[in-house]
Amino acid sequence: MSKKIHVHTRINGEEVEFLCEPRQSLLEVLRDELGLTGAKEGCNNGNCGACNVVLDDRLVNSCLVLAVEVEGHEVTTVEGVASSKGLHPIQQKFLEHAALQCGVCTPGFIVAAKALLDRNPKPTEHQVRHWLAGNLCRCTGYDKIVRAVLDASACGSPGQK
Amino acid sequence: MSPFDYAAPRSIAEAAALLQQAGDDGRVLAGGTDLIVQVRENRRRVKLFIDVKNIPELNELSCSARKGLVIGAAVPCYRITSDSKVAQAYPGLLDAAGIIGGVQIQGRASIGGNLCNASPAADSIPALIALEAACVIAGPQGSREVPVEQFCTGPGKTVLGRGEMVVALRLPPPKKGSGAHYLRFIPRNEMDIAVVGAGASVVLDKAGKTIVSARIALGAVAPTPLYVAEAGAALAGREVSEAAVLQAAESARAAARPITDMRGSAAQRKHLSAVLVRRALEKAIERARNGRA
Repeated sequence: MSKKIHVHTRINGEEVEFLCEPRQSLLEVLRDELGLTGAKEGCNNGNCGACNVVLDDRLVNSCLVLAVEVEGHEVTTVEGVASSKGLHPIQQKFLEHAALQCGVCTPGFIVAAKALLDRNPKPTEHQVRHWLAGNLCRCTGYDKIVRAVLDASACGSPGQK
Repeated sequence: MSPFDYAAPRSIAEAAALLQQAGDDGRVLAGGTDLIVQVRENRRRVKLFIDVKNIPELNELSCSARKGLVIGAAVPCYRITSDSKVAQAYPGLLDAAGIIGGVQIQGRASIGGNLCNASPAADSIPALIALEAACVIAGPQGSREVPVEQFCTGPGKTVLGRGEMVVALRLPPPKKGSGAHYLRFIPRNEMDIAVVGAGASVVLDKAGKTIVSARIALGAVAPTPLYVAEAGAALAGREVSEAAVLQAAESARAAARPITDMRGSAAQRKHLSAVLVRRALEKAIERARNGRA
């Protein structure tokens, strides 16, 4: 076992410090050390997007980031999407459109969709599909997810974050 | 993952010393989108990850009409695709940088890493070769430059010696009347690895009628990305015509020496080499005529 490293970061707006081994991915540390189990492990090789988080202002696969790499950076997970006032409009629209079934891919889709709407509040359907190409769903199919995201964008969701 | 150590040097000298000391046990970490998967799946043994993202030179992205383009080896793809100057001057590079993985991968993966990973199917490499890119390499004996077409020596293998690392890629300023394009064939729309990829660049004369020079490169048809010098050379001095383009495409087909694997058969790849080179050239010529490099 190599020496543990002390990492300082911000997660969902709060200062966080943790100890980790270099071999631990950000996903492992979020889930196993920090109790943030929203991000899921799907493929663990960057194909499925279930582990999506936002690192600084970029959408990333947390399975492909070493936890030590977030030293001095800022992480937003799905736990940081809803506010004390309630669900984020994207989450609400996922419910209304039944855009989930087993739910394992959902946190990744929510984080990815929010990253899109934060950048581009009125995407076309093509832009939504293109942006979500790195997120896999094995049960619902993509149409309901795409409709939910488009509906959230029509409601002006990013301004309400 | 098997245990390893991690270092995040702040200068090239510090990184080179770590690399020199670690030898084959050390590996440079930029975006990590290939490396972390390889180590996790026990396809590569690494005892020391040397994270180069804190080194200023490796984060440089500068584009000027006089000096051309410098892409620090750790610059993630999204910085390249979202830079309007780069988009204007090097659309042929954006064709490749914009299709390496999905948006999550683009947020991390670098062109320097794509090159050092040395996959025969790497999307950025044929585009870089077409655009006459060179790698700036730092090492114990100082720095050197290697044309991208000479950088890969086999699948996953490069010319980098002990203690050496890629610092940046350097692309010359686009010549007047030039145009370039990269495209690949995949059975899906997104998020896939090239069955075959083709990059082409052309320089046309003032009238836009005669080809002054051309460069053509293929991906996924040989153990390394393939520079097909003869296909480009045969176009020099010729008028732009369907016949000339088809001849270059044929020449690329002849140069391709693909294997059959899960992504495609050798015969299909041979066929695709000609089709994609034709399309790459047609688009490159169109861009050259429209004044877009």
